[in-house]
Amino acid sequence: MQLRPHTGLKIDGFPLGEKLHTGGFATIWDVTHPDHDLPMVMKVPTILDGYDGPTIVGFEVEQMIMPRLSGPHVPRVLGSGGFEVMPYIVVEKIDGGSFLQVFQKAPLPLSDVIEIAARMVHAVADLHRQHVIHLDLKPENFLQRKTGEMVLVDYGLSRHDLLPDLLAEEFKIPMGTFPYIAPEQYLRCRDDPRSDLFALGAMLYVLATGKMPWGTPETLRGVRKRLWRDPVPPRAIRPEIPEWLQEIILRALVVDPMRRYQTAAQMAFDLGHPQQVKLTDRAHKMKQDGWLQVFDRWRVMRKLRKFEAPKSMAAQMAAVPVIVTAVDLSPEGERLADALRNAIKRMLVTEPEARIACVNILKTARIGIDQTTDDQGNNLHVARLVALKAWAEAIDLPDHRLTCAVLEGPDPGQAIIDYATTNKVDHILMGARGHSTTRRYLGSVSAQVVAEAHCSVTVIRVQ
Amino acid sequence: MRIAVLTDIHGNREAFAAVLADVAGHGVDRVALLGDIVGYGGDPEWCCDRAARLVAEGALCIRGNHDNAAAGAPEAMSALARAAIEWTKDRLDSGQRAFLAGLPLSHEEEQVLFVHASANDPGAWSYVTSDTRAAPSFRATKARLILCGHVHVPLLASCDVGGVVRAQVFRPGLAIPLLPSRRWLAVVGSVGQPRDGVAQAAWALVDTGKGEITFRRTSYDVAGAASRIRAAGLPEMLATRLLTGT
Repeated sequence: MQLRPHTGLKIDGFPLGEKLHTGGFATIWDVTHPDHDLPMVMKVPTILDGYDGPTIVGFEVEQMIMPRLSGPHVPRVLGSGGFEVMPYIVVEKIDGGSFLQVFQKAPLPLSDVIEIAARMVHAVADLHRQHVIHLDLKPENFLQRKTGEMVLVDYGLSRHDLLPDLLAEEFKIPMGTFPYIAPEQYLRCRDDPRSDLFALGAMLYVLATGKMPWGTPETLRGVRKRLWRDPVPPRAIRPEIPEWLQEIILRALVVDPMRRYQTAAQMAFDLGHPQQVKLTDRAHKMKQDGWLQVFDRWRVMRKLRKFEAPKSMAAQMAAVPVIVTAVDLSPEGERLADALRNAIKRMLVTEPEARIACVNILKTARIGIDQTTDDQGNNLHVARLVALKAWAEAIDLPDHRLTCAVLEGPDPGQAIIDYATTNKVDHILMGARGHSTTRRYLGSVSAQVVAEAHCSVTVIRVQ
Repeated sequence: MRIAVLTDIHGNREAFAAVLADVAGHGVDRVALLGDIVGYGGDPEWCCDRAARLVAEGALCIRGNHDNAAAGAPEAMSALARAAIEWTKDRLDSGQRAFLAGLPLSHEEEQVLFVHASANDPGAWSYVTSDTRAAPSFRATKARLILCGHVHVPLLASCDVGGVVRAQVFRPGLAIPLLPSRRWLAVVGSVGQPRDGVAQAAWALVDTGKGEITFRRTSYDVAGAASRIRAAGLPEMLATRLLTGT
């Protein structure tokens, strides 16, 4: 490296402005460029004299992964430079700043916790969709856009599922941030997306309780404890935390990745459907496990060398799909509803781990006030939900894998598409109405969904 | 520039033709053959002529140890390779032998080094089978990318700023970024006699502009290539190993 960064230095057309931040491994600088009319920052790794392996490889990993990412949850890369002159990477400046300040105010009001949790999980789900496991999720690495989206930064420890892992051979000690690191990361595993879900669980724990689930260990010994010691249940610290939220947090913090949430999409789904989260013993737990139980776990875990990692990230995400089925419950739709239910049952044979969300659309008027009750004064929404649950019962799935929701909106197709997008749905299954007058004038809902949804869509017809 | 890198064709016409057809669909600017056009396979004449035609059209072709032996040079070889090369020699005419004998041992352009075996002594035909064995190649050149063959199993290795050489795990069919902060070496695998358990022709697509390499596999008429070997009376093992890619 020939150059050191300083205010006024110009490199590849980027004049360096003020230094914004000095971190352990890098400095952050304000930069501009005649070709790019947006606020930008330059990250320059702080390479110690001589050979500084960890920093160099971490920077190489970022240079490899970041340009391959896109979307609102990652910063846009505008330039980068190698080690010959001065290593750097220039990204757009995220206006909303770091999330650390918000964390320092924890515990937060519960409505904020839930809302923030959903945004964090969405950002991680989007990253996983792009084949990247972050592996160093912590409050400092979540930035916020003014529009509300969370942006994930710092990919120095990340793993791209389809690219060589430059870090695999490099270090023999676990990498990550101790309070949030997953047990399998402690055991040197770098290819499990569920590690990120553990870190999310730990952060939700902090947001909700104001405490770290395992304190702030400074040694690896301290990190290792989480393999057998369970955290104090959040509700024991703050009783007003609802049981369903404790269930979500503790499920994300399960030691064995196989028994944790399997995908970020699954976790997002539960955060979006609190009434339908299946409550287990975890939800009701009010104190830590007794010493005998912990001792039993310690005896097993102290010998453990690794947890089973998924074959690939894509396989992991495909194994637990969220499938939405949109049902028409009107009398004319009865045969179609039967056909749809049979199609789902067949699909469950090939997708045994799938989660099914049944939705029914209550069409509302575009203008004016809607009738929410029928002539007899019964609530329409509730009546629909009851009918939908009755229909769904015959699918014969355990509660935690079956969800029913009545969506309201003037445009049924759009309502289905929006639901699929927010819930990271993998597949939509719906019926096509026959040739009716309404369809001729209003167009086909299924055609609209097929054309506009971001996921796969299967359309069922009665012949 | 997009370069299609093919090596160790070994007289396998079916595989060579299939890969060239595949290459044509990938819009490449240049073809590079890294040697061992002949040996083992049942169609050395066709492969030799096709290679010569590619060179006439601007392709690069490097000499391998089998080409050297087929042209008449003494080369130490296994009994199996020896049997095949003796048969091959008789099949080639003087023009074909002269073509093989006249090929260069290595070639460097725009920081990419093309060579058949290890780059430190191309004529010694050392095998690059691991990161340790890739290290001498990195020491011998300043090129950013070394492309070689000779070993019929693909390998990707990088040499970082500190000079540490490591093999990188990769998946075929996906573009792998060749980070500018490191130097890289790729053993692209064999077109005509793959030995990594996959009975498909191996080759690589290098994009020097984007700084990426993609290890590719192309399926070809394996049974046809095996029956040519049998029809030629060459050792049976040369036919069966094509079927399993070992």
